[in-house]
Amino acid sequence: MARELIKGNVAMAEAAIRFGLEAYFGYPITPQTELLEHLAKRMPELGRAFVQAESEVAAINMVYGAACTGVRVMSSSSSPGVSLMSEGISYIAGTEIPAVLINVVRGGPGLGNIAPAQSDYNQAVRGGGHGDYRNIVLAPASVQEAIDLVGLAFDLAEKYRTIAMILADGSIGQMMEPAELPEMRPINRQDPAWATNGNPDRPRRQLTSIYLEPHDEEITNLRLLKRWRDIQANEVRYKEYYLDDAEYVVVGFGTAGRIALSALRAARARGIKVGLLRPITLSPFPASVVAELAQRARGFLVVEMNTGQMLDDVRMAAQGRAPIEFYGRPGGVVPFPDEILAEIERMASSELRVETDPRMAWLERALAR
Amino acid sequence: MVALIKPDFAIAKNEVYCRPQAFTDISTHYCPGCTHGVAHRLIGETLDEMGLRESTVGVAPVGCSVFAYNYFDTDFVEAAHGRAPAMATGIKRVLPNKVVFTYQGDGDLASIGMAEIMHAAARGENITVIFINNAIYGMTGGQMAPTSLPGMKTTSSPNGRDVETQGYPIRMAEMLAQMDGAGYVVRRSLHDPANIRKAKKAIRTAFEVQLHGLGFSLVELLSTCPTNWGMTPVDALGWVNEHMIPTFPLGDFKISAAVAAIK
Repeated sequence: MARELIKGNVAMAEAAIRFGLEAYFGYPITPQTELLEHLAKRMPELGRAFVQAESEVAAINMVYGAACTGVRVMSSSSSPGVSLMSEGISYIAGTEIPAVLINVVRGGPGLGNIAPAQSDYNQAVRGGGHGDYRNIVLAPASVQEAIDLVGLAFDLAEKYRTIAMILADGSIGQMMEPAELPEMRPINRQDPAWATNGNPDRPRRQLTSIYLEPHDEEITNLRLLKRWRDIQANEVRYKEYYLDDAEYVVVGFGTAGRIALSALRAARARGIKVGLLRPITLSPFPASVVAELAQRARGFLVVEMNTGQMLDDVRMAAQGRAPIEFYGRPGGVVPFPDEILAEIERMASSELRVETDPRMAWLERALAR
Repeated sequence: MVALIKPDFAIAKNEVYCRPQAFTDISTHYCPGCTHGVAHRLIGETLDEMGLRESTVGVAPVGCSVFAYNYFDTDFVEAAHGRAPAMATGIKRVLPNKVVFTYQGDGDLASIGMAEIMHAAARGENITVIFINNAIYGMTGGQMAPTSLPGMKTTSSPNGRDVETQGYPIRMAEMLAQMDGAGYVVRRSLHDPANIRKAKKAIRTAFEVQLHGLGFSLVELLSTCPTNWGMTPVDALGWVNEHMIPTFPLGDFKISAAVAAIK
């Protein structure tokens, strides 16, 4: 396929179709609405299911129903809508069935705004809804990566019977850039052994998330954790840039990671040996990579479009072996490369201390500005 | 969870009455005298008679009938509270040739699931809804339902439902009948054999509406909750007749022209 200039939201929608999406249920919310609009046009013309639901609550429960039949199903939303979906996300996790969600994150809390943000990291990687479970969370930094991750999300969701969420942000959704869509692949509807699809000549099947007997729920929780262990062992993905000789390590995901790369190249031009770790799987988090880097790095700089959420995972992985600094632009503000470059230079010229609380130190600097 | 208990009756060759084939061998957890068992049986018999057992997906609610999925020998899923119509929508849209039904109580359907049921009807989702209205929350122990009668004592309206502060009962069948997407919306009662027969006929019609693709179908069934009403089963049946029917009149509230043509 040829590369074409395409908007992130449209690209993810069309990619889902080409990766075999059979049903989509959603609700309009900025900045993901073009995704729903594209599918509103394309799904019916392909004879596939599309419903604009009455709410995100209904949309995720439609996803839940369709997922129980074993088809490729998806919804998309943005932060406040994903909060509403967290009920259904928990039920889907508890029922152990595959589903894909795209969260085009905007500024929050509350109604917040419609600008790009990464403030839903914690909600996404810690599961979001009630109960003991985790989701696979994938963070694209470009339209092309968003396309590719849609396919990966379906594959991983089905492989592990779990939820795979794409945690994009408003700029990934709204940005147009050249990208290549996959070939249209034929629908290959499966009849997995668990699917409640009403097929004849077999024993009945049930799908529920209720385990009234606490010991049964405990077994379920442990089964979920064991599956998560497999996911952690096999599915960690990240991109690294200039890490081979790096004395300093920037960690950033999605849009923040992409902007950090521009800053990093400028810093390299100024002779600072700095590299970038850009986690693609926010969950499972590339903790072992961070731990390994912490053995040799003189310092970390975590850059996020929030007040330091992935920062906690980096700190946990580094286990105090290296000093960690933080730079954030929360609330829907996107950092410029210059700002991150200044932070890299500050880090490289400062006496870093492991004892520093990176979030509070950053807050003091931000307030003093 | 629920113990597997074989039914203690033998099936004779000349039987005139037996367990529906659409039932499993599991004994229900319902209280003595509760009409959930009657409603289940009517659905089971209907699935048998229409030959639908092996092409049906049921959607259970949250409430006393949360375990309905244990009692039907069909594929079944268990929805979040009130969301059964949304879940059924998701199933039916990808399996349009299967029969999809929800089984929901009044708290589930008329309170927390109000949006989902209204919009499923408005969209004309080709699903069947069996709506059990017993004017109370059973599973949680007898709280006021959206269908509780004015003055009705419940654990959350201990002095009787005060319409000034707690509002009025909601007549779902009448409301849903206003939706253009609804093909068949009726209310029946389970308080005596004559009405049970009428209820069964309505359930059959509702499934036929779905098989013909004529839109949303719903049968509201006035039901009893002897335990939480604090009555004997017999008194509870009488209470339906004397107190519920005046507020929730029986009847056909929506029979679309297309449905009338198949009846």
